[in-house]
Amino acid sequence: MAGFTFSRRSALAAGTGILAGLRPGHAPAQGAPIKVGELNSYARMAAFAMPYRNAIQLAVDQINQAGGVMGGRPLEFVFRDDGSTPGDAVRVAEDLLTREGCAFLAGTFLSNVGLAVSDLANQRKKLFLATEPLTDALTMAQGNRYTWRLRPGTYMQTRMVVEAARGKTAKRWAIVAPNYEYGQSAAANFKKLIGSAIPGAEIVAEQYPALGRVDAGATVGALAQARPDGIFNVLFGPDLTAFVREGNTRGLFERRLVLSLLTGEPEYMLPLGDECPDGWIVTGYPWEQVQDAPHKAFIEAYRARFNDTPRKGSVLGYVTAQVVASMLNKANSTETEAMVDALADLPTQTIVGNVTMRALDHQGTMGTWVGETVLRGRTGTMRNARYADGANYLFPEDEVRAARPRS
Amino acid sequence: MTLLAAEGLNKRFGGVVAAKDVSFALAAGEMLAIIGPNGAGKSTTFNMVGGQLAPSSGRVLLAGRDITGLPPREVCRLGVGRTFQVAQTFLSMSVAGNVQMALIAHHGRTRDVVADAASLYRAEALALLAQVGMAEAADRPIGELAYGDVKRVELAIALAAAPKLLLMDEPTAGMAPRERAALMQLTAGIARGKGIGVLFTEHDMDAVFAHADRILVLVRGEVIAEGSPESVRANPEVQRVYLGQSGHKAALRARRGAHG
Amino acid sequence: MDFGFLVVQSLSGLASASSLFVIASGLTLVFGVTRIVNFAHGSFYMLGAYMAVTVVPWLLDFDRSPLLFFTGVLVSAAVVGVLGVVMEVLLLRRLYKVPELFQLLATFGVVLMVQDAVLWIWGPVEIPGPRAPGLRHGVEILGQRFPAYELFLICVGPAVLGLLWLLMHRTRFGILIRAATRDREMVGALGVNQALLFTGTLFLGAFLAGLGGALQIPRVSANSQMDLSIITEAFVVTVIGGMGSVPGAFLAAVIIGQLNSFGVLIFPKITLVLVFLLMAVVLVVKPWGLLGRPEPAAGRAALPEGILATPRFGLWEKVILAVVLAATLAVPVFGDAYTVKVATEVLIFALAAFSLNFLVGNGGIVSFGHAAYFGLGAYAAGLLVTKGGFAMEPALIAAPLAGAAFAALFGFFVVRLTGIYLAMLTLAFAQIAYAVCFQWVEVTGGDNGVVGVWPSAWARSREVFHYLVAGCCILGIAALRHVIYAPFGATLRAARDSEQRADAIGIDVRMHRWLAFTLAGAAAGLAGGLYAFSKGSIDPTLLAIPMSIDFLAMLLLGGMQTVMGAVAGAAAFHTIKDFFMPLTDHWRFFLGASIIALVLIFPRGLSGAYGALRRRA
Ligand SMILES: Nc1ncnc2c1ncn2[C@@H]1O[C@H](COP(=O)(O)OP(=O)(O)OP(=O)(O)O)[C@@H](O)[C@H]1O
Ligand SMILES: [Mg+2]
Repeated sequence: MAGFTFSRRSALAAGTGILAGLRPGHAPAQGAPIKVGELNSYARMAAFAMPYRNAIQLAVDQINQAGGVMGGRPLEFVFRDDGSTPGDAVRVAEDLLTREGCAFLAGTFLSNVGLAVSDLANQRKKLFLATEPLTDALTMAQGNRYTWRLRPGTYMQTRMVVEAARGKTAKRWAIVAPNYEYGQSAAANFKKLIGSAIPGAEIVAEQYPALGRVDAGATVGALAQARPDGIFNVLFGPDLTAFVREGNTRGLFERRLVLSLLTGEPEYMLPLGDECPDGWIVTGYPWEQVQDAPHKAFIEAYRARFNDTPRKGSVLGYVTAQVVASMLNKANSTETEAMVDALADLPTQTIVGNVTMRALDHQGTMGTWVGETVLRGRTGTMRNARYADGANYLFPEDEVRAARPRS
Repeated sequence: MTLLAAEGLNKRFGGVVAAKDVSFALAAGEMLAIIGPNGAGKSTTFNMVGGQLAPSSGRVLLAGRDITGLPPREVCRLGVGRTFQVAQTFLSMSVAGNVQMALIAHHGRTRDVVADAASLYRAEALALLAQVGMAEAADRPIGELAYGDVKRVELAIALAAAPKLLLMDEPTAGMAPRERAALMQLTAGIARGKGIGVLFTEHDMDAVFAHADRILVLVRGEVIAEGSPESVRANPEVQRVYLGQSGHKAALRARRGAHG
Repeated sequence: MDFGFLVVQSLSGLASASSLFVIASGLTLVFGVTRIVNFAHGSFYMLGAYMAVTVVPWLLDFDRSPLLFFTGVLVSAAVVGVLGVVMEVLLLRRLYKVPELFQLLATFGVVLMVQDAVLWIWGPVEIPGPRAPGLRHGVEILGQRFPAYELFLICVGPAVLGLLWLLMHRTRFGILIRAATRDREMVGALGVNQALLFTGTLFLGAFLAGLGGALQIPRVSANSQMDLSIITEAFVVTVIGGMGSVPGAFLAAVIIGQLNSFGVLIFPKITLVLVFLLMAVVLVVKPWGLLGRPEPAAGRAALPEGILATPRFGLWEKVILAVVLAATLAVPVFGDAYTVKVATEVLIFALAAFSLNFLVGNGGIVSFGHAAYFGLGAYAAGLLVTKGGFAMEPALIAAPLAGAAFAALFGFFVVRLTGIYLAMLTLAFAQIAYAVCFQWVEVTGGDNGVVGVWPSAWARSREVFHYLVAGCCILGIAALRHVIYAPFGATLRAARDSEQRADAIGIDVRMHRWLAFTLAGAAAGLAGGLYAFSKGSIDPTLLAIPMSIDFLAMLLLGGMQTVMGAVAGAAAFHTIKDFFMPLTDHWRFFLGASIIALVLIFPRGLSGAYGALRRRA
């Protein structure tokens, strides 16, 4: 399926060489390309990273075909595997910055990798646009001048589902989250936020199975024993599938409100198949319900080119390229300081609408879709889905000021 | 003076009684042989004296001091050197290296991280090797040596600690008859010269009767006879269970073959 | 807590135990007969699951009957069994004569290749399997609903145990397996066709792993990470039960299953470390596992694996050494920034791998958890700088001290064991240290780790830092090399060659091994401290199993028979990884293939090959 991809220069080659001549009207980009060093967990997190990279390639081609960036120079992403460990990632990042001559860094998936690269960027005074890592530390306690994040972080996503539960009556809550930073901090955010949405809510059980090794039977049993009214779930991937199957058979989800992060994303929805639970409040990406013209155009182009439906990663990849282009156009320079200054409060019209990089905490206002899960045919999707604009779920300004180190 | 005294040693392995009430004494400069058929408990007795096995009951006294249950390293430091039925040497080292290692241990320098092990105590090691007639082979890897030669080196290793007592479990197994006599002659010479007591076992009766001052006969873990070579040879029970066994010589040859 | 809940929770534990046992029984059989620590066992498990999610739905299209479902499961397991045979014939058979550790490395190469092969064939998205027809429902037990399929799984474990018992006691093949497990040499001497016995055992082992995987598909989706998540757990079960003992594996699986399902009630975060805690306790109390037998190693007169000769540098070696040293020093002058970075890292890994060889090659103490001391050194340095406000210099002194302190603490228990059990105890301690760093969020920053571990201002440029690392690592390696040639090093070799002889000449073997463990921990800690400053951050992956395996791989690639091999191995390993990583997403495949190729071509490592070349010249 994925094939053996030799990825070094593919984005540029496809972009300028083939497509440039096809559509007259715009002068294709020319001159030395502006290189972006993109590192991500392509080997270990391929399910997310492949659609992400595909969309970036798609976007880069379209941008270059339409005249490139900074008044006509082609944009190029140099993709690298980050080895999924901070040690490897930092070395790869150095390679991208020095040998490949990339103007700045982007990407990373795992939070610890993202943080390590962020600190390297701070040390080397190079821009790092973190796209996927969800940890709040990236923009809060360990934020720095050179690191910016695009995707809504753990706090924002948790707040989105909690807000969606406003007015529900479930008082007794159980939490199940993978035992690592993302899971722990989602759980902590949930504990902090749930009281404001449902007064009197209390936590009656918590389960933190090891990532990728959930013992679903024991976990479901322990949760059911606490007789909660609601469950906040942070499991995803294979853990989620095992948890949902076990919970369905044992009736864990019957007559219970479930809030669940990421579950509505096609990456995690597709493997659930007809086991998709009904009525969970989730964040996700119901791409088939999108009405917006530019977004629809993206979906069509994506499906045409890759013969596959888009994933959440695809949206992120496309928006990444759009924000990068908009930043370069504004900075009109690849000087790090100029780019960083350009990013501050930079609005970009993207396929998901306006995305602004808030200067206060370096967090993008890209949002995500919130809705309820529903089974249609043999796969799950979302109903009552709406796009939750990240701008409404950012950390409160005073909290940011208290948490971010002053520079 | 009594150098070694074993008092009522017992050893059981699960159901097997390997040694039952074994008692004997050995004087400095004396050579005491333990003989007995296979599985009689000879090695077990050696191991209880040397510290490799703790007896189920009974005591071992070395020069009057109770050493029962002490680990081998401490027994060694109290002046007991030994060779094993299946030779135990340091296969990655040269012949001299093996003896030097024993000297390093004897002089308590095993934790030295500064000196050069290859040159430490080399002269002493060569002298010990010369004693056992292995000086020419000093720089050969020990793994290349014939089994009989390995046994000689093992003797040099045992002597490195300047022992008062030597425990030799089948020292000549795997040697040609001429070599055996020579090695036993050599051992006896060293023992008598330095006043070292020697406890040894042998399946080769010629060697036993030629060199032992006294003989202990062990059968199924029990001492059935003890005394001078002449008295043991004359003991009718010994003749019945051990010396007179038909096919005994053949068994001996087979053992030699297996070890060589 | 009501009674019904307790019963059902313990049934959940039994269901997991049953699955775990099926997998672990295959691992323990293969180890018993071939003495190979088969890392690829987890890969067989994964392949079993992937085969099943491919075959079973296809069969169910004809008829949704339980019969076809289980036919599909068995067919998948059989296919995996055949893959086991393929691995035996193509790879392991060429390796029975080489040191046992090399076989381990080769199976690790297989793990890497299978990971990428699975991604390539089945794609990156996890694949859910169909539920078992007739067993989809839940069964009401004492007022609690319990999945029928798990009731079925609970029966599978004892059934497999019974069938294995019959096989082992009623068939010639099984009796040979038992005999070989007890005394491998003897079976060889009896004139049994050993190759056939090994091939058969590998089939059985892989079949059981595949069966374990295939049986999981109604519960978990097939995914490309299930191999590593199962393999450590299967190892733990095998070790706790006693390597080679099938009933032991069963007992251990049941204990772990119950501990897990009740442990999460009391300590919801316990799953990360529970099994390793249990393994450490069992090994400290029962050094051969619950039902294992002591290794019948004593009295065998075989050449040891490890450093055999300690030759002086000859002319050629001096030339090579001079060239390498000159190159190390010249890198900042002639190389670009990235080359400097890589050279710095190679130096650090060279020190870490060298310190491991000090244990493995020189001392015969095989550690599967050397990364613990590397990582703890890094944590000590990193935390001192970021939380303690110290400068780099004192932190770099604290790093080896921390490595030494923890090595002394863990080593106290480790040196009481030998062989594979010793290795497994080092692994257990490493995992416990990993879990502490992972979960003690307030201090260690959890899995995010701590950033901001940068060198003092004077050493901040890549070039100066490179010289600092070069100084520390070259000095460290030279010092350790000196120790290898000193009486202490010789004493460790002596104890490795013949523990009995060493004891009989007055050496306190345990005490010397303990000191060696501590010293190696100090060197690894220094390497870890330097690594933290080179990366600017610390995080739990520094102590994790993959890091320990990387060190072993470096050491084996370089050749553990020689003193300097580990250094060459660190350079080779890093170069291979660095070559393939930018080239393709499937770099793990090529890394694995390179490892296997090197093991096959240079069964004594690079330095062994060099030695052979020198002797011929
Ligand atoms: N570690 C052990 N575990 C169980 N049984 C043992 C052990 N060591 C020795 N035995 C048994 O104890 C008995 C005495 O053995 P030992 O080795 O002392 O005999 P031996 O007189 O030295 O025989 P050989 O002439 O063959 O060397 C034998 O039956 C043997 O099987
Ligand atoms: Mg004997």
